[in-house]
Amino acid sequence: MVQLTLPKNSRIRTGKTWPKPEGATNVRKFQIYRWNPDDGENPRVDTYWVDMDTCGPMVLDALIKIKNEIDPTLTFRRSCREGICGSCAMNIDGINTLACIYGMDEIKGDVKIYPLPHMPVIKDLIPDLTHFYAQHASIMPWLETKTQRPEKEWKQSIEDRKKLDGLYECVMCASCSTSCPSYWWNGDRYLGPAALLHAYRWIIDSRDEATGERLDELEDPFKLYRCHTIMNCAKTCPKGLNPAEAIGQIKKMMVDRTV
Amino acid sequence: MADVNRGNRPLSPHLTIYRPQMTSMSSIFVRITGNAMLVAALMIVWWLLAASSSPEYFAIADGFLRSWFGDLVLFLSLWALWYHTLGGLRHLYWDNGGSYDVAFAEKLGMGMIVGSVVLTILTVLVI
Repeated sequence: MVQLTLPKNSRIRTGKTWPKPEGATNVRKFQIYRWNPDDGENPRVDTYWVDMDTCGPMVLDALIKIKNEIDPTLTFRRSCREGICGSCAMNIDGINTLACIYGMDEIKGDVKIYPLPHMPVIKDLIPDLTHFYAQHASIMPWLETKTQRPEKEWKQSIEDRKKLDGLYECVMCASCSTSCPSYWWNGDRYLGPAALLHAYRWIIDSRDEATGERLDELEDPFKLYRCHTIMNCAKTCPKGLNPAEAIGQIKKMMVDRTV
Repeated sequence: MADVNRGNRPLSPHLTIYRPQMTSMSSIFVRITGNAMLVAALMIVWWLLAASSSPEYFAIADGFLRSWFGDLVLFLSLWALWYHTLGGLRHLYWDNGGSYDVAFAEKLGMGMIVGSVVLTILTVLVI
């Protein structure tokens, strides 16, 4: 259901302002969401100052620098630092993206960093993605076949393989789903753009033999049809994919098979 | 996972921190205008009902609808009608296999805003 305001335990208080680095001439202000599960207090926004002359160009570089040099308790996920693992997805400067491939030169003014929107927070910038992953698992993200297994691999023509371009590149960072107002209000039952993009990736795979069952599963007022083509998903995807289009194609297939 | 506090996890902020996008704003206004027009429709029904009951009652309803406030509401409703119509056309376009390109969707959104204002002014001039 739509709940426009945050629950009581989630309201944000003013946080701590950390000292400016000494002797730095080119500092930038960072405002970062903090929540510690152990102190029983509400979330807060802390202010940090980073010396840009000794910092790498990406938002992740600054986060690591803050953790190393100012505040070792700052907590966030990161791994590959090149936009392929999807770990460092967060809300930066008002949009969801990957901290490792988002340049600080793209941001005007202070750098504001929050966890992915409308998610339960585990600590600081780390959201609980359990439900998001369960939704992905629910669309059967694997090849379903009925005919006898071929001697070697399941073959696919070059044309059919091309249909998967723009879909297989998804790194499951959850930026799209957590940018979607419909997912904010109905994320318990609406699958969200990421899971639906993956659903479509298997629906149009020429080797898959469960297309009908996959569509049956999605024929539901909530799972698929809570998409109202708002398109925040496609706008924010750090990999430049278009979940809105994939969902549109599923809706079209739903119509095509009944008309 | 380690023994962490699962009971009282806060919900991360959403509406208040997400930067308004042309995509989301043009979309939510389709819904807002749709709901607002329901109120306008009720008002017009009240006007018609008043006209069918008695001259005195009609004078009250008519006085309200032709006051500056009534004019303003009807003017905004006219805009809402045009905006909602254009939004509906955008949905028809998408549902008929139109392009989901983000830049194009944003252009359509801008088109809905400019188009609804222009059409509203034209309608006022014609009436």
